[in-house]
Amino acid sequence: MRHFVIVGILVVLAAVGAYAGLDASGLMPVAASAQAGSATTAGSIDWMWNLQVIAMSFLFALIVVPLVYALIVFRRKQGDTSDAEHITGNTPLEITWTLIPLVLVLAFAYLGAYSLREVRRADPQAMIVKVHAQQFAWSFEYPDYGGVISDKLYLPAGTQILLQMDSKDVIHSFWVPEFRVKQDVVPGRVTELRITPTLPGEYKVRCAELCGTSHYSMENGVVVTSEAEFIAWAQEQQNALASAQTPEGKGELLVKANGCLGCHSITATALPTAPTWFGLFGSSVTLEDGSTVTADEAFLKESIHDPLAKIVKGFAPIMPAYSNLTDEDIAAIIAYIESLK
Amino acid sequence: MKKIYSIPLVRGLVWLVVGLVIGIAAVAGIRAALGLDATGRYLFTEHAWVFGGFVGTLAFIATHGVMGDWFKWWRGQDTPEHHEDPASWLKYLGPSLDHKVIGIQYTITAIILLVVGGTFALIFRTELSFEGQQFLNPDQYNTLMSLHGMLMIVSILLGIAGLMNYLVPLLIGAADMAFPRLNAFSFWIAVPAAVWLLLSMPLGGVETGWTGYPPLSANPAKIGQQMFFLGVFVAGWSSVLGALNLIATVARMRAKGMTAFRLPIFVWASIATSLIALTATQLIGLSFQMVMFQRLFGMGFFDPAKGGNPVLFQHLFWFYSHPAVYVFILPGLGVVSELLPPLIRKPLFGYKWVAMSSFGIALVGFLVWAHHMFTSGMNEYLRVPFMYSTLLVAVPTGVKFFSWVATIWKGKIPTPMPSAFLFTIGAIVVFLMGGLTGPPNATVSTDLHLHDTYWIVGHFHDTLFGGFVFPFFAALYYWFPKATGRRLDERLGRLHFWLMTPAFLVLSSGMMRIGLLGMRRRIFDYDPALGFENMHVTLTVAAFLIAFSIAIFIYNMIVSVKEGDPAPGNIWNSRSPEWQVPSPMPAHNYETPFEVVGEPYDYGLPGSKYVEFMKK
Ligand code: HEC
Ligand SMILES: [Cu+2]
Ligand SMILES: [Cu+2]
Repeated sequence: MRHFVIVGILVVLAAVGAYAGLDASGLMPVAASAQAGSATTAGSIDWMWNLQVIAMSFLFALIVVPLVYALIVFRRKQGDTSDAEHITGNTPLEITWTLIPLVLVLAFAYLGAYSLREVRRADPQAMIVKVHAQQFAWSFEYPDYGGVISDKLYLPAGTQILLQMDSKDVIHSFWVPEFRVKQDVVPGRVTELRITPTLPGEYKVRCAELCGTSHYSMENGVVVTSEAEFIAWAQEQQNALASAQTPEGKGELLVKANGCLGCHSITATALPTAPTWFGLFGSSVTLEDGSTVTADEAFLKESIHDPLAKIVKGFAPIMPAYSNLTDEDIAAIIAYIESLK
Repeated sequence: MKKIYSIPLVRGLVWLVVGLVIGIAAVAGIRAALGLDATGRYLFTEHAWVFGGFVGTLAFIATHGVMGDWFKWWRGQDTPEHHEDPASWLKYLGPSLDHKVIGIQYTITAIILLVVGGTFALIFRTELSFEGQQFLNPDQYNTLMSLHGMLMIVSILLGIAGLMNYLVPLLIGAADMAFPRLNAFSFWIAVPAAVWLLLSMPLGGVETGWTGYPPLSANPAKIGQQMFFLGVFVAGWSSVLGALNLIATVARMRAKGMTAFRLPIFVWASIATSLIALTATQLIGLSFQMVMFQRLFGMGFFDPAKGGNPVLFQHLFWFYSHPAVYVFILPGLGVVSELLPPLIRKPLFGYKWVAMSSFGIALVGFLVWAHHMFTSGMNEYLRVPFMYSTLLVAVPTGVKFFSWVATIWKGKIPTPMPSAFLFTIGAIVVFLMGGLTGPPNATVSTDLHLHDTYWIVGHFHDTLFGGFVFPFFAALYYWFPKATGRRLDERLGRLHFWLMTPAFLVLSSGMMRIGLLGMRRRIFDYDPALGFENMHVTLTVAAFLIAFSIAIFIYNMIVSVKEGDPAPGNIWNSRSPEWQVPSPMPAHNYETPFEVVGEPYDYGLPGSKYVEFMKK
């Protein structure tokens, strides 16, 4: 009996200690969405997580404390060669420790379903943002604002956002750790995710599904601002789109919108995935078969329209074809590349 | 030269290369004759390499000698039931039919693959220590990371096959497995599988992780991906046939009186594992084969442009790969339950509940696969039943933990603790960490944050170390004397444990911690803004400590085979039949059959016995 009392007290102490320690160490990043919530907003992810940390701390103590206690207290005495007491089991005890976990599991199953419902709660007024994923960059389109396209995800705080996501090539996954929720982006279909940003600040969307060579760098900025600031930004973008009169200005917008910069660099240092565009125009390029060509308009045009026709030496044939770009678009992109010196 | 060639393994590998060349030449020749391109980015086309791999596998298995008796039967010749093995260590390189030799072959191969896969991990772990690129490029990183995963999985499958092959016939009193030739075949087919997995490296590598999701795995630039699929496909045969053999053995060859509830608990775990391996492995083979055909013949199973569905692959894949987790851990948990009673001289608490819990886990394990797909874009409502079924696994798993603690409670804890006991306790604690970090992933809303992060990586390393690696070492420390007649060095054993355990706990908890904070899994480099560098340095140091401790273990094995303390008899004072006969185990197991006359774990019951050898 004495053993059980001591162990009981130790279990409680260890469980409380473990929970307090874990909680104080700051397990989660800052919460920036209504879905993330907090330990006190019922149904949110951080609330569910907090309950799980409590359960983990308690169950850990429940097993490890008696285990360690037994290892210390029931050590064989020097010179003792006898066997232990012949105890083979105890059916009521077995039933208890099957039923109590079962009840716990049912409770957590209920709470889990409840939390899922809260996290999915849809607002019919949600603002739609289209998310385009491709190897190795994101771009964001705002149909409510004249189809503005941006390589940074600007969002107003306090509004539910409905992300409609598609992929050009392989599976990617949309994840902003501060928003908590995550959704794969699958080629050939549109997947949806709802987020209600709450905390203004700068974050990053980080691709969570291995998508090839530069998956690690598939991160784009996320900016949460006040409603007013967001509208001002969207207006400015719309104006920029309308007034991008110079070809290289239009080219720059197109390059960002099409995610070219996920692979290509515009500075002197190239990314490992693809050649840099810096100083490319007019230079001589060595191809895979050893021949060289001059990077003139014709070559660049072909490279964008039909990327597999000529492969640059030292790089893998991974560039997707951009059949959506018109001749005019490509001319603008080439003008932009020409301006990079 | 001739002498070396007469070693079956060498002969098989020579013919494997010949077969590869013939297969490649055949496809290249046909393509050339048809006016198609015969050469490719990696000298030849993908078709040629895959067909070459296929022919090479057949060539290995046909010339190695493992099919020798079958060929003779086919020609109408008779062969003896048993073959005498050569007395030297060379028997381990040939097609022995003795389950004990095959068990050791499996175990050694598992350790070799563990070392190769572990070395890959050390290489990319070092790359990850610091921000920015160190010495790998992203493609090399992805390849090493993917092969680390798959090599470790194959290593685990071979490791449990090693334990089950060596132990199950001994524990149930059989002279061998039910189908000794099939048994040898199951082992040797794994050798070409390992060759193809490694050959994927020079052929462009693997960029998908071990899960091989299309469309990424259908990227034609990487032929290595195909060799990876081929390797796994071939290894799958080993698993399926081995499981079939084990079930037949337990069903038909038990000693007199060994009824269901008098089976050693490890045997229960082995059946549960084998039932899963026998019925689920086909699905990973199938899913990988479908991607192979998509690549080779343009069949658009998973290609949305052709009406295929990439998410379908994930369903097929996880229908095996979740239950596979239980294939990996159930034998290990069986080892824990098997070793505790003799080491602490007390019966296993609630034997029937422990036996049934293995079956409970195996059964529920079939109904939970889509918990890997909560973010995949599958039907939203399906997520709820899969959350429920997954949480349910906690109940039978809990039964095991409670029973272990109750067994240890008031046991006679040995002093000093033998290494086998230390690793058993280590297994319980580490597996508990893995078990407790599971339910948050099973709960959809929290999984939306946790999925595909380093948290998951930490979680499954806990389950696999606790469920396989620790029990595997416990079993080796415990049964090594049975196989060799000599003990492993205990001082080195304790050093191994006290280095590996803290290092591992730091590694897995550290992984989970940064995972929660935003570290994604499978990335070659991380955003400096996250401030993870110090933790990554720590993780790398921990990984090297684990590797160092395992090097000590391997050194211990090599030295102890020849120079360990002799241990001819029942050193653990166990009731189990294999310890009632001398060590090393005689060639044909038990000279006289035994009969089961009592309960397996009745330690502390005076005058009771588990088995009694029959009079001649
Ligand atoms: C998935 C990565 C990826 C993306 C996205 C990508 N490219 Fe490329 N690109 C490459 C690679 C790799 C090469 C070099 C191999 C080759 O020639 O195909 C390349 C080559 C080129 C070249 C020839 C460059 C040279 O140095 O000769 C041009 C021009 C080009 N890309 C333009 C674009 C444009 C414009 C976009 C966006 C509309 C884009 N790329 C998007 C990977 C990419
Ligand atoms: Cu990615
Ligand atoms: Cu699973």
